[in-house]
Amino acid sequence: MADYLVASSGFVLAMVALGLVRVVRGPVAADRMMAAQLLGTGGIAALLLLAAATEVPAVVDVALALALLDAFASVAFVLGGSQAQAGGPDATESHEHGA
Amino acid sequence: MTIALALDAGLAVLVLAVASWTVGARATFPAVVGFVSYGLLLTLVWVRLGAVDVALTEAAIGSGLTGALLLGAAARLRAGEAPAEERPGAILRLVAAALSATVAAALAAAVLFLPDPAPTLAPAAAENAAATGLGNPVTNVLMAFRAMDTMLEKVVLLLALVGVWSLAPDPLWGGRPSPSHQSDPHGVLAFLARLLPPVGIVVGIYILWAGADHPGGAFQGGTILAAMWLLVMMAGLTEPPPVSRRRLRLVLIAGPAVFLIVGLGGLWLDDAFLAYPVAYAKPLILVIEFAMTLTIAATLGLLLAGPPERKLGR
Amino acid sequence: MVRDVFTVLAVTAGGFFFLAGTVGLLRFPDTLTRLHALTKADNLGLGLVVLGLLPRMQGPLGMLKLVAIWLLVQLAGATVSQLIARAARPGGPPP
Repeated sequence: MADYLVASSGFVLAMVALGLVRVVRGPVAADRMMAAQLLGTGGIAALLLLAAATEVPAVVDVALALALLDAFASVAFVLGGSQAQAGGPDATESHEHGA
Repeated sequence: MTIALALDAGLAVLVLAVASWTVGARATFPAVVGFVSYGLLLTLVWVRLGAVDVALTEAAIGSGLTGALLLGAAARLRAGEAPAEERPGAILRLVAAALSATVAAALAAAVLFLPDPAPTLAPAAAENAAATGLGNPVTNVLMAFRAMDTMLEKVVLLLALVGVWSLAPDPLWGGRPSPSHQSDPHGVLAFLARLLPPVGIVVGIYILWAGADHPGGAFQGGTILAAMWLLVMMAGLTEPPPVSRRRLRLVLIAGPAVFLIVGLGGLWLDDAFLAYPVAYAKPLILVIEFAMTLTIAATLGLLLAGPPERKLGR
Repeated sequence: MVRDVFTVLAVTAGGFFFLAGTVGLLRFPDTLTRLHALTKADNLGLGLVVLGLLPRMQGPLGMLKLVAIWLLVQLAGATVSQLIARAARPGGPPP
């Protein structure tokens, strides 16, 4: 049972790795903003599977913290990425941006 | 090859691949995305190595907060002078690569050729765990055996904050940091910033509390609280406070101050700085941790909010 | 025994949805469709994994934490996908 859970954790990680290919290649900034979502959801799934496989309940706390911080990181990416899209080589933008 | 070994090997290769992409990225946004991804993958590495406290800290600081800090810095660079179009020359990059590779090789050699069993104080720390009554050995080390280091770290955080504040122009000293984003109060971001922080606050306090006997502690809890505060500020639901406000400054010094008071009390009641009387060790440590969590949350939030950019009156 | 079979089935189904989400992320032609694949399929995969791991947790606090994690990821996914979609619109974000 534990072996199966570790194997599924590895599978989820492999899916995350493949998804990162899109993040690396993605032509638009929005494709890169998805990285936080991808790694967050996949990472949390992998952590939960590892927690159950190794019977260390504290790892669930790591997944909980990761869920919160991943939401925060996604928002930071969206705000920062929109500025990167809008700013570009034009250095005279002020720092007021609409939502 | 067992499954666990295959998982670890795959994880190591993935971490290296993401690191190479981060270093080789040509624009700041993809580089920061790569850096945050690297941090998230490192969390998994720490879990595989059995260091759950470090994994918690990596998830908290290394991914979300550092990513937001780097993006904020990139935005300020973009809004300032023209972005640097020159990249460092080939010789400089070669030298940097050679130095980095040497350091990495030295570290790898140090780890691979450690004497077996490696010199460690862990058994001594485990033996003396009864001195504080806490169940988590990491918290024991941080708050009792090496409490001096922890206290001085908080002072260093304050110094960093003062450094960031000193970047403000003279007439704006004491003012408010500018909000990073103007947002629609009925929009999606405001919705998230209303729903998530209450849950986040509960989780942050839970992780602080759980640090006594399980992985967790003041630093991780404080970082989660800071992230929730920053989310509310980023959504425009609240303004960053003026840095001259007295209550804010009291919160900022609360952590190191309580630590210092307890330390001096130990000098007076026992006979060493930061000695805890055994009967009161656990309550004292909890009081210190509570104060430290507030300080860490306020300091990290203000570090990311940046230097004052608006006058006090607005 | 029944618990183990249930866990294996649910985790396998979850893994399948993760696979579907990644395939969509890689092969869909457009940012918005890729976003859809990522948030919907991966979230469902996580939900199935959580469902499969629930019987293995000791005590109600562990189970509560798992469900809380899934709900938080759902909330974050729903709102962040809206934000990313607005940033990805062909005209750029609305003023």
